[in-house]
Amino acid sequence: MKMKNINHGLIVTMTLISFSLVSTAHSEQKFYPWETENFAINKPLGGFNGNAERGRKIVIDKNKGNCLACHAMPIPEESFHGTVGPALHGVGSRYTEGQIRLRVADEQKVNPMTIMPGFYKNPKENNRVDDQYWGKPVLNAQEAEDVIAYLMTLK
Amino acid sequence: MIINKKFTTLIFLLPVLFLNSAAARDLKSGFEYLSPSTREMQNDEFANPGMTAVEEGRVEFHRAGVNDKTCATCHGENGSKFDLKKIASYPIYNKEFEKPFTLQEQINFCGEEYLDNVPYVYDCVDLVEIETYVRYLARGEKVNVTITEELKPFYEKGKKIYNTRYGQMNMACNVCHDQFDGQRLRGQVLSQGHSNGFPLYRLGSGKMTSLHARIKECFRSFRAEPFYLGSEELISLELYLHLRGNGLPIETPAIRY
Repeated sequence: MKMKNINHGLIVTMTLISFSLVSTAHSEQKFYPWETENFAINKPLGGFNGNAERGRKIVIDKNKGNCLACHAMPIPEESFHGTVGPALHGVGSRYTEGQIRLRVADEQKVNPMTIMPGFYKNPKENNRVDDQYWGKPVLNAQEAEDVIAYLMTLK
Repeated sequence: MIINKKFTTLIFLLPVLFLNSAAARDLKSGFEYLSPSTREMQNDEFANPGMTAVEEGRVEFHRAGVNDKTCATCHGENGSKFDLKKIASYPIYNKEFEKPFTLQEQINFCGEEYLDNVPYVYDCVDLVEIETYVRYLARGEKVNVTITEELKPFYEKGKKIYNTRYGQMNMACNVCHDQFDGQRLRGQVLSQGHSNGFPLYRLGSGKMTSLHARIKECFRSFRAEPFYLGSEELISLELYLHLRGNGLPIETPAIRY
């Protein structure tokens, strides 16, 4: 009987943990709508605060931002920076934070023929998305804010 | 006044002429984006790893079907009776099936009709090997697809797919291969995306890759749901791609990264 009770308790806690995991994962990938004002998004995405140090890691990470695929950046430890996009040295002094936010979130709103994916684009605007990624932006709001914070340090 | 009118028409025509010349830009095979050592490897039949598939295809080509005939019965030993120009002009419209036939479909149809074989699954290893062999025979022949009235809807469909954005990354073929050829994505150089080397050997995966399988991989990389191999969408896209590369020499089996 005691064993059974323990098992029961275990199962309950396990299910609770798994539920909480699922719900956090869900909220992480949630899309918070944004609005543009004069080619800029002035409010932080989802109200999150960015962290430049984490942003630098996301910029390098091939499964997240992978910005280096197209842009050269002041990250000397990584080899083979891409040449498709403009170099991002000093981008923080060329654009305001709001302008960078729109360009990270959805560059197509600025340049419709761009090759750059919208990293926080409204998922409803995408076409024929793979099941695994359906309804999700490429980065979540926190990660996108981290990237923006990092780009603002490039003066 | 008459001279004036002529001048104005000329002035109106000038930008159109320029636009035309910009649209008909130099075609560059993927070969031109390779490093010198890889080019050498592709041209040397002993060093080219794709030749294994050619040899396998040659064996399949001379293998007796259910009724003891082989492909060579009609097409001659080592394909000596092939019209190489015709191989370079696939996909061709098939009146009986009322759709474009890619080279693979033609091979599959022949096997079923004349050798009584069970048809292959589209894009399976054996079929790609036979396709590799047949295209290898036409190596150097210039791609020459003609769009007939019947092919036009398929061509339009392929063109539309080529220019449509797909997936979470929201990318289309034209966005990369028309605007940024020659630029680098990390270590990889973007080519113009021509189809003249397919089926080809990829150094990255170490495998023979058909055109449809390569497009599927592209779709996966921009996180889109791929069209299935041999689907009408991919066949239309294949038609458009071959037409887009009209005039480039067939390089099968090419080597790419």
